[in-house]
Amino acid sequence: MAKVVVVTSGKGGVGKTTTTAALGAALAQSGQNVCVVDFDVGLRNLDLVMGAERRVVYDFINVIQGNAKLSQALIRDKRVGTLSLLAASQTRDKDALTEKGVARIMTELRDKFDYVICDSPAGIERGALLAMRHADTAVIVTNPEISSVRDSDRIVGLLDSKTEKAEKDEQIDKHVLLARYDAGRAARSEMLGIDDVLEILSLPLLGVIPESQDVLRASNLGSPVTVSNPASSPARAYADAARRLTGETITMTIPAERRNLFGLLFGGRAA
Amino acid sequence: MSFFGMFKRSSAGSAPVARERLQVLLAHERTVSSESDLVVVLREEILAVIARRVKVEFDNVNVRMDCGETVSTLTVDIEIPGAPPAMLLAANG
Ligand SMILES: Nc1ncnc2c1ncn2[C@@H]1O[C@H](COP(=O)(O)OP(=O)(O)OP(=O)(O)O)[C@@H](O)[C@H]1O
Ligand SMILES: [Mg+2]
Repeated sequence: MAKVVVVTSGKGGVGKTTTTAALGAALAQSGQNVCVVDFDVGLRNLDLVMGAERRVVYDFINVIQGNAKLSQALIRDKRVGTLSLLAASQTRDKDALTEKGVARIMTELRDKFDYVICDSPAGIERGALLAMRHADTAVIVTNPEISSVRDSDRIVGLLDSKTEKAEKDEQIDKHVLLARYDAGRAARSEMLGIDDVLEILSLPLLGVIPESQDVLRASNLGSPVTVSNPASSPARAYADAARRLTGETITMTIPAERRNLFGLLFGGRAA
Repeated sequence: MSFFGMFKRSSAGSAPVARERLQVLLAHERTVSSESDLVVVLREEILAVIARRVKVEFDNVNVRMDCGETVSTLTVDIEIPGAPPAMLLAANG
């Protein structure tokens, strides 16, 4: 049975879509059957970051409304055969994404894939709640910056109360992914450091993605960074994060600093 | 490190301030957020019900939750302008 992962943050522009594409591709590159799902109705971008924008015929809402079958709407990646995309709709009618419809499609996706990765819209409204609703695991993308950390904390509260798992009194698995990290600025105490963020959020660390030109280049090319430039530092960081997501224990390296953060992996939030 | 460098270093790093502000803020927000969410929802729903009959300003609806150990009280205070509500109800059918 598939694992459903939500990539969420509260705050906008922190790197959710980039992360969904890169983690999804990295998992697929390691042989897992992966579907990435865009929940950002009206502002879809995952298709663009994945380079599939001209191949979208049917989207999530077409499937919900019964105008297309799920198999017709799934777009198979041309580079990584085990990676598929379900695009969001560009409609402005956000209510078209119904709770029942989402539940039905998530059940279908669980049958077909090993991993279903949901790219959440920013905010704490309906779209974000629907994206997290069926998740087993949450990747909370956080920038080392005060408002991003605050919003992440808010999202943690929602994950612990508004998800299906929470309502069944089960624990949803939560990880922080620190993105757009600038080691130099952290060393000069201009930005929050990794241990600051982890201590404040009391969550385990999935990975640290450096601020990098390679990420921009990848999205310009329409290719997840783990595919377009696998040797680059953000790609290696995403590949390691993907392996941790599957349960492997891997030493945490921060590319620019080469500090060992192995111990930080084991921080846990008291429920 | 130069004499001036020492001063620059101590004032450049604003991250410790950010860290402390966050810790104080989140400690507070974690305790109040669950109850304030309920108050926000109640306030909106109460306003919607009242507004079907009487014109009320959003700012004139005050919903407060006081949490005690065994019992909590919900105080709803709504300011209605003009004539008594009974007359308005009759007028609006
Ligand atoms: N590690 C990084 N280094 C440099 N730029 C990055 C990095 N991660 C993301 N970006 C850039 O930041 C911008 C926002 O990223 P992205 O679209 O992934 O964020 P998002 O959280 O999905 O935003 P939204 O909330 O609007 O959906 C993009 O221009 C992206 O290329
Ligand atoms: Mg996005």
